[in-house]
Amino acid sequence: MQTIPESKFFERETIEHTLNDPSQVIPLLQKVQEKEGYVPEKAIEEISEITGVSVSNIFSVITFYKQFRLRPPGKYMIRVCDGTACHVNDARTLLDILNDELKLEGTDTTEDGLFTVMPVACLGCCSLAPVIMINEDTHGKLTPQKLRKIIKEYQKKGKETN
Amino acid sequence: MYKVTVGMATCGISAGADKVYKSFETFLKDNKDITLATTGCMGMCYKEPLVEITDGKTVYLYGDVDEKKAQKIVESHLKNNTPVDEFIVLKDYKSGAEQQFNERQYKIVLRNCGLIDPDSIEEYEKRDGYKAIRKVLSSMTPDEVIDVVFKSGLRGRGGAGFLTGQKWKFAKSSVADQKYVICNADEGDPGAFMDRSVLEGDPHSVIEGMMICGYAIGASVGYIYCRAEYPLAVRRLKKAIRLLEEKGYLGDNLFGSNFSFRIKLKEGAGAFVCGEETALMQSIEGKRGPPRPRPPYPAVKGLWGKPTNINNVETFANVPWIILNGWEKFAAMGTEKSKGTKVFAIAGKAVRTGLVEVPMGITIRDVVFNVCGGIKDGKKFKAVQMGGPSGGCIPESLADTQIDYEQITKTGAIMGSGGLVVMDETTCMVEMARFFLNFTQLESCGKCTSCRIGTLRMLEILERIVEGKGKEDDIDRLVEMGEYIKKTSQCGLGQTAPNPVLTTIKYFRDEYEAHIREKRCPAHSCGALVKFSIIPEKCTGCMICARQCPANCISGEKKKPHVIDQSKCTRCGKCFTVCNFDAILKD
Repeated sequence: MQTIPESKFFERETIEHTLNDPSQVIPLLQKVQEKEGYVPEKAIEEISEITGVSVSNIFSVITFYKQFRLRPPGKYMIRVCDGTACHVNDARTLLDILNDELKLEGTDTTEDGLFTVMPVACLGCCSLAPVIMINEDTHGKLTPQKLRKIIKEYQKKGKETN
Repeated sequence: MYKVTVGMATCGISAGADKVYKSFETFLKDNKDITLATTGCMGMCYKEPLVEITDGKTVYLYGDVDEKKAQKIVESHLKNNTPVDEFIVLKDYKSGAEQQFNERQYKIVLRNCGLIDPDSIEEYEKRDGYKAIRKVLSSMTPDEVIDVVFKSGLRGRGGAGFLTGQKWKFAKSSVADQKYVICNADEGDPGAFMDRSVLEGDPHSVIEGMMICGYAIGASVGYIYCRAEYPLAVRRLKKAIRLLEEKGYLGDNLFGSNFSFRIKLKEGAGAFVCGEETALMQSIEGKRGPPRPRPPYPAVKGLWGKPTNINNVETFANVPWIILNGWEKFAAMGTEKSKGTKVFAIAGKAVRTGLVEVPMGITIRDVVFNVCGGIKDGKKFKAVQMGGPSGGCIPESLADTQIDYEQITKTGAIMGSGGLVVMDETTCMVEMARFFLNFTQLESCGKCTSCRIGTLRMLEILERIVEGKGKEDDIDRLVEMGEYIKKTSQCGLGQTAPNPVLTTIKYFRDEYEAHIREKRCPAHSCGALVKFSIIPEKCTGCMICARQCPANCISGEKKKPHVIDQSKCTRCGKCFTVCNFDAILKD
């Protein structure tokens, strides 16, 4: 009987269910990311120990799938839909505005750690195009003006709670 | 005695359905006679949030409901028995402002969507749910089941259109100690949301289809591989599986037989290529998901090396209906080789956008003009795009093409999983091709050189064309490279990636030529090729354009003509869309 490895990220029960099971690499990564917002280096080592899959193999899985992040995200995750319907309704202007307002120069997260901007393929509410999602809230039928206003509100809210 | 049902699929919720639900909840707090319920997608995305009210005899459907309208509906309809006519979009599914939307539809896959509470097994059972699996287990042999599915003519709804009965036959004939059924719910095409709506609105029909398949091919374990970006679908599936296990509908010796079946849910992690079956299986096994060569096909060597049958969500949802209604009824619908119905997610420039299910054999023109009410703002219909990044554009001149696998393939597009984007005269076909190629380029897994590098080279060419920097032989080069990529890529992603480019060149070569030779975008859409200016005689100085301009490059005094600073203009076209006086010139 193998001893259950010590873990900072997973409950004992989870580890028991996933021990030596390579097919659990993705679910475990998803679990860590849900809790931490990203996959910390230490978690990769733990998953390797639990599932028996090598660290380099796990790293290759992380980089293959778009869902996983290796760096912490901002407090507000802004998902900008660039699906077909949003695209024909000028989603790219929204992205330009976000880059401009949040002064993102080639990075996806603002310096103050408040926002992460991520273009996504389709949020699935095409009738509201163009759409963005900030954390769990959807904002639809956006105009440049509306978007600037929303960002200002979140900036204010973020600073107050910090 | 009223029943109020709020449509709570993703599109409804993002349009504000949860707020509407909450306001009904508050208004009806003390009213025990009125039941409040939720349901999945009703199809009319363009009228969300939707609220249905029935008194047991008549069904009223209200559209565009917000908290204010909800209050009025409560006061007038629920308390004083006077329906609010101005908000009603459909009465008894057949009359009312939006009746045309439903007239040409025939619902098999969406038979329960928008009618039942997706979290309730009882409501599903009331509409003949889990009767098909009972019938199969009590009175049919696996071969008889496969025979019925085969004769119905049902073909894979994921896009390729392989005969489902044939696929099942292959999986059954493989001998092994363990076999698997997989439901491919990794719907990744931008602009396609058919599978999501079915999973959110009627998860049990998919699960029942999987059970029937498990019995037919001799599998006792099923996997649903669902896209992680569909949190609501994942939640509903998890709940459905848990309730079924508690009720004894999943597990050992189901419905008094010796058939055992279990279902596991796997969430994808955001890789479009994992919709390809061999990639999908690698992903379930916990690995990266590059496709592998076939044969061996999954029916011989699939998940963990065992025989596996993979079907799409929509395919499975058809199965219980076919078992209960007979293959004859299904096969009576459609064309010679394409039977039954097809679900489409309609997006783009149509008047009505949303989820529709139409019989095979109906023409594209019929879908666009009769079901979807034609083109918005009186513009001219130009083309439809079918099959997303793997598909192609079908021009208006071929709009009488029937919805039929072979006929659509003949045009250069594909049936695909059901994304249908309607385009009008203002959509630039070159830009559309660039959009889809950009998507496949990012999603290429990188295994095959031609797909990894070829799509990037094609994208670079398209980018320079839309920027007005195209070269004379660019079109020929695109065609040549496209053909190479199709021939030399291993999986469906690469083999179809050039389709959007090749079909637009085939039907809209003149648009490419205009971009390259005349530096002109005929649709007046490509930003780099148009110039916006203000016509002083028409400008009233209302300042709306100046306020909306994202680049802040419009200036002028109130009530006096404004000017656009051309050096700062990003050519986004916002001023053009917001001007109420046609004072913006786009050329």
